[in-house]
Amino acid sequence: MSVNYIPRRFTVIRDKERCINCGCCVRQCSNECHLFADDGKTVISDSNSCVACHRCVDLCPTGALRIEKYVCDYRENANWTPQYQQEICRQAETGGVLLSGMGTPKPYPIYWDKILLNASQVTNPSIDPLREPMEIRTILGRKPEKLTVEKKGKSTVDMPPQVILETPIMFSAMSFGSISLNAQKSLAMAAKELGTLFNVGEGGLHPDLQPFTDRAIVQVASGRFGVHSDYLNNSRFVEIKIGQGAKPGIGGHLPGEKVSVEVSNARMIPEGSDAISPAPHHDIYSIEDLRQLIWAIKQATGNSKPVSVKIAAVHNVAAIVSGCARAGADIVAIDGFRGGTGAAPTRIRDNVGIPIELALASADQRLRDEGIRSRISLVAAGSFRCSADIVKAIALGADACYCASAPLIAMGCHMCQTCNTGKCNWGIATQRPELTKRLNPDIMYKRVVNLITAWNHEIKEIMGGMGINSVDSLRGNRLMLRGIGLSEKELEILGIRHAGE
Amino acid sequence: MKRIYAIEELCLNCRLCEVYCKTAHSQSKDIIKANKYEDPAPVSRVTVYGDNFLSAALNCRHCDDPRCVKACITGAMTKDKKTGIVYVNEEKCIGCMTCLAVCPYGCIKVGKPAVKCDLCRNEDEPACVKNCPNHALIYTDLGGEDE
Ligand code: SF4
Ligand code: SF4
Ligand code: SF4
Ligand code: SF4
Ligand code: SF4
Repeated sequence: MSVNYIPRRFTVIRDKERCINCGCCVRQCSNECHLFADDGKTVISDSNSCVACHRCVDLCPTGALRIEKYVCDYRENANWTPQYQQEICRQAETGGVLLSGMGTPKPYPIYWDKILLNASQVTNPSIDPLREPMEIRTILGRKPEKLTVEKKGKSTVDMPPQVILETPIMFSAMSFGSISLNAQKSLAMAAKELGTLFNVGEGGLHPDLQPFTDRAIVQVASGRFGVHSDYLNNSRFVEIKIGQGAKPGIGGHLPGEKVSVEVSNARMIPEGSDAISPAPHHDIYSIEDLRQLIWAIKQATGNSKPVSVKIAAVHNVAAIVSGCARAGADIVAIDGFRGGTGAAPTRIRDNVGIPIELALASADQRLRDEGIRSRISLVAAGSFRCSADIVKAIALGADACYCASAPLIAMGCHMCQTCNTGKCNWGIATQRPELTKRLNPDIMYKRVVNLITAWNHEIKEIMGGMGINSVDSLRGNRLMLRGIGLSEKELEILGIRHAGE
Repeated sequence: MKRIYAIEELCLNCRLCEVYCKTAHSQSKDIIKANKYEDPAPVSRVTVYGDNFLSAALNCRHCDDPRCVKACITGAMTKDKKTGIVYVNEEKCIGCMTCLAVCPYGCIKVGKPAVKCDLCRNEDEPACVKNCPNHALIYTDLGGEDE
């Protein structure tokens, strides 16, 4: 037996008084943490590979299960924390790069929690959203510099293509391959019902999503998977993926085992071959190159759709966004460093990039200073946990927000952060047929619709409290924000005043 | 009549339908008592066949022309004229298991009285359907004649 240098992380606690030995947990845990004892009847646990996904807990009919953190103390050391020691041991064993799923769990500042919202009192009365119309319809796309109208009042300006959303919330890119088709389908169905868009990610378009193409954002990423003229045209808009918040500067690697027949068809690559997205687009080394690709996509789609560019929030983000706007992008999506991922090198995920709050504020300010804010719509991404985060993002200058983790949680994800293992017990981040069928799109799309409907109500309520009746009046309205416990510099970058000022 | 249909593509092989069926047909109707302590132990009328890759819950089809009713030697097996539900009259059943031998779907289990699905006839919705976590069982009227 080899020595295991890393203690297990969780313990499965089974209340023997409640357990009826039905074996549901045995059959549901893909990490094989429950098993029948030799008598074939009594259910026992092997906690070693438990990831705390709570599938067994939530399905146990008698509430007999509980997952507990396994505490095994190390001698205290603020520098050599147990986590670093364990990661070293893992690498000593495997010699490999550490991989993780989902957004960084590190306790970096979350500025949403340090920003407070305003409300009306006495002057400028608040509005009751249940009695008065409250507009959250959001329109994305390049806006003309100015409007000219002929005598009868008809506009004489050539309007660039616009996208109408019934909520400022869209579903961010998650490819078929990184998530299951059932998960994508649920998002597509929800987007259709909500009047918003879902993003198919860089993995091509599965034929089953054909009925939802008017609600689909399709990506052109460095791997160019599944890109052809029909793919570009079967969409509401096209997004060039330059970077991802969870792994700026890094490409992607979908291992061959995950490239099933279906994945290979959608991606247009041979079955079983590794799907490698290079770190850069090999045809984009400058803003001019980006301009060419944007132009090519616009040509391929008959100038009928906006083209978006998605970048990761990095140090120089404001200048890059400005460059994208000048390169002809109609929409720029900025993905903050807390954004999720199906798999990323842990060190990159936890150390590279900057928070979306700061990136968004500085990009919006830069575009305004340069007088080109109306040339693009800004979409913020990278971890919105609730409707208040969305309201704050819009007030910081976002036109719309991309959400992914929240709808996944609505579909069962418990943030166990092991998406990269492909064993997702909730049928989300997996391609195994026995697991993907656990996600029934007919049930899950409704849960996602419920979530976003609830957020829509809350956004209206918060806006009403501020005396604002339209999301357009909230956009970039930083006077509605105040910082709490922030330094002068942070306030300056966010472009907001401190509470009490 | 309304019948239960299993959708195997959605079945998780969790077998919770069995647990809830047992509970619904127990004395205590308490999930823990029924599945752990009751004697005689209640028996599930529905059975899940298969493994995690492919499974389906099978229960009585409540045939339009049920062989079990025809074959029953005491007249215990009855098809309710109004609801179409095939059930066992517990007083009359002698446990001879003739019905078990003739059911083409293998939906009768040994017991006295014989154990079979009664579509939870005193409830609005069968317990298995109500508690299936993935909606792999649906209770609906698709019309149609003999099953
Ligand atoms: S699912 Fe619950 S009741 Fe069933 S065997 Fe597991 S712990 Fe026991
Ligand atoms: S991995 Fe998930 S399903 Fe398995 S024991 Fe842990 S919490 Fe339960
Ligand atoms: S998607 Fe699945 S594997 Fe990934 S964090 Fe959520 S529950 Fe875990
Ligand atoms: S409860 Fe539903 S999903 Fe579970 S085994 Fe029964 S039919 Fe299948
Ligand atoms: S027990 Fe068998 S024969 Fe009788 S009604 Fe049910 S399926 Fe038909």
